[in-house]
Amino acid sequence: MKTATIKIIEKYKKDKTRLMDILIDIQSEIGYIPPHAVSQIAEELHMSEVDVEQTISFYHFFSLKPTGKYNIYLNNSAVATMMGRAEVAATFEKELGIKFGQVTADGMIGLFETSCIGMNDQEPAAIINNLIFTKLTPFRVKEIIRDIREGKRVEDMFYASYGDGKNATELIKSVVSNNIRKIGPILEKKNKPGEAIKKIIKMSPTEVIDEVKKSGIRGRGGAGFPTGLKWEFCRMAPGEKKYILCNADEGEPGTFKDRVILTELPRLLFEGMVIAGYAVGATEGILYIRYEYKYLGQYLEDILDKAREKNYLGKNIGGKKGFDFDIRIQYGAGAYVCGEESALIESAEGKRGEPRDRPPFPVEKGYLDMPTVVNNVETLCSVVKVILNGGEWYKSFGTTESTGTKLLSISGDCRYPGVYEVVWGFSVNDILDMAGATKSDVQAVQVGGPSGAIIAPNEFNRILGYEDLSTGGSLIIFGNHRDILADVVMNFTEFFIEESCGSCSTCRIVPSILKKKLEKILNARGVMQDIDDMVEWGKILRASRCGLGQTAANPILSSIKNFRHLYEEKIQKNKSFDSGFDLNAAVKESCEATGRVPYI
Amino acid sequence: MSKPILATTSLAGCFGCHMSILDIDERILELIELVEFNKSPIDDIKKFTKKCDIGLIEGGCCNSENVHVLKDFRENCKILVSLGECAIMGGLPAMRNGIPIKECLEEAYLNGPTVVGNTTGIIPNDPELPMLLDKVYPCHEVVKIDYHLPGCPPRADLIWEALVALVTGDEMKMPYEVIKFD
Repeated sequence: MKTATIKIIEKYKKDKTRLMDILIDIQSEIGYIPPHAVSQIAEELHMSEVDVEQTISFYHFFSLKPTGKYNIYLNNSAVATMMGRAEVAATFEKELGIKFGQVTADGMIGLFETSCIGMNDQEPAAIINNLIFTKLTPFRVKEIIRDIREGKRVEDMFYASYGDGKNATELIKSVVSNNIRKIGPILEKKNKPGEAIKKIIKMSPTEVIDEVKKSGIRGRGGAGFPTGLKWEFCRMAPGEKKYILCNADEGEPGTFKDRVILTELPRLLFEGMVIAGYAVGATEGILYIRYEYKYLGQYLEDILDKAREKNYLGKNIGGKKGFDFDIRIQYGAGAYVCGEESALIESAEGKRGEPRDRPPFPVEKGYLDMPTVVNNVETLCSVVKVILNGGEWYKSFGTTESTGTKLLSISGDCRYPGVYEVVWGFSVNDILDMAGATKSDVQAVQVGGPSGAIIAPNEFNRILGYEDLSTGGSLIIFGNHRDILADVVMNFTEFFIEESCGSCSTCRIVPSILKKKLEKILNARGVMQDIDDMVEWGKILRASRCGLGQTAANPILSSIKNFRHLYEEKIQKNKSFDSGFDLNAAVKESCEATGRVPYI
Repeated sequence: MSKPILATTSLAGCFGCHMSILDIDERILELIELVEFNKSPIDDIKKFTKKCDIGLIEGGCCNSENVHVLKDFRENCKILVSLGECAIMGGLPAMRNGIPIKECLEEAYLNGPTVVGNTTGIIPNDPELPMLLDKVYPCHEVVKIDYHLPGCPPRADLIWEALVALVTGDEMKMPYEVIKFD
């Protein structure tokens, strides 16, 4: 085991900034990061052991304790719950005889929970040894456990059929489905790979930037910063080396469009990265992918190899002297906050994924303190089309403020969950029609994931776009029979508590306090003051360093704003104060420990 | 007009806050001019004999008796003030909050290095003893608290000024030095 660790450390040339890769390899080889590996890494990489440990403890796919030979990570997103997760979870526990967070006594099978894994259109889903299992049912769970007990490799386990499109190809072989429901100029596979590269080498980098600026395209991750401007800032920033980072961390519950792009259009994405590299003068690109999408790894590496063979990557790309650019893939290890660009950079450097203070912004001091562009997968794909067809062409789609198209990840209570490419300017009503939702049976729509807003039918005429309802593309539809507070708001709030990096006390503490308040209201102990407190205290989160922290109260704040009646129905009308304290419950534990009969 | 009536108690605290009350020194003479004491360790009145205006609570709630006393104070006092860190946040006693109560009791009475002579292996369970709570609660998580006076203990001057403000109805003086962080 010791030599295995050394080999892995040497594979990454004892490079401290590759600590994530080292840990990922050790974790998958040994099943956990044993203490001797921690000391060895520390010694070889010239770091302290606590520095190694703090990175390990940050990511939930790393473990300092032994896990199973098979590790089941069942997604606990709100939509999974809506699609019958409770029964699936209970079946796992019953069949294995263990609870979540435990490993079977024989050390064979570990059972864990995990936040949204980007499969909202095919829930409930789980990851078992890096492979995805979708549309789970109690019956399917029994089949899986039977296969595991027979010692089958996950690759050889029983399945009904592979997913559509590239999911069925040799290098992926996954049951995941793309569910592409509407194709637009980005998803259209019209152009040959490399076409845009051939075009840009005849242009100057500033011409490329000008074209992108002309298109008016803005970041598709959700924040909507103008892409051309970002590139220009990075180009102008002094630095001996520059980097293009592609953010494929897609952790916002309900978002899965990047997964579909990575499956179907990786060449387009890589070409986008090359274009960005050319434009800003970067020589290295890093595709940062969430660990949940590791099953695409071999396939993506193969495509990178082929691109190198064709000289779309490497030295003197397309025959242009001095145009050097290559891409490496960096995996995360399970942390939502790494989707925040500066946290992503920290993580790509092998550290805890804690957001940085800004300024300086990544375009000035990013990866390894060098000027860095961090772009979303979809943004980089769109840029290729902009280069091929021109900024004016791109601007012909969408609205003045929101040009072009947007990939939407639609899930929840509708007939056709999946990925839709729409031009900006659609209303929520249009989306509901498109996704086959029965409008009389829609209670609410979550726009932009948990960090966005939950809106009621009276707002369904609002328009998707930066000028009105901005979104990274996730829309979750909730039918009339859903319990918004218990099943949605509570789930999202727990998600933020789980995924807080812990750096700012606001985000570390306030969501937990708000959750307690929400529990109190759900337990019929709430009073009007509790609702007002939540609104008031939720504002404190604005003091957090990153977008995650700042929006961590949004599930509660936006549901109070748009569904206040749901809260008011549950509070006590005849009381102005109730602490929610229950003496019976509070003394239960100690009476049990001492063998006393409680008397109140 | 009769004088406002003041009650005080120490729950899961160390009496340090009460010591700090005494630290108002000779102003205590002024204080008894200003207010009348009822249930309080200061005059040793054990039970409320009348309704009070102000109740000062030191310490959080670590057992059932604390809860009863606190609720008694809430019923009998118009205004309740959490006095000091323990009342406001649980304080030092709350350090046990991350540890299951069973483990705490076993460490204290069975397994701890200072345990000698407990040959019967009994954890105290006399019905006369108050029942421990699963964790130490700050007062405002049990009853409504109107004001919080922070400090460990709150400075005598702070207690004095707060009391004077409450009694006279004037706004409390809060200079920058009092509220600044660190």
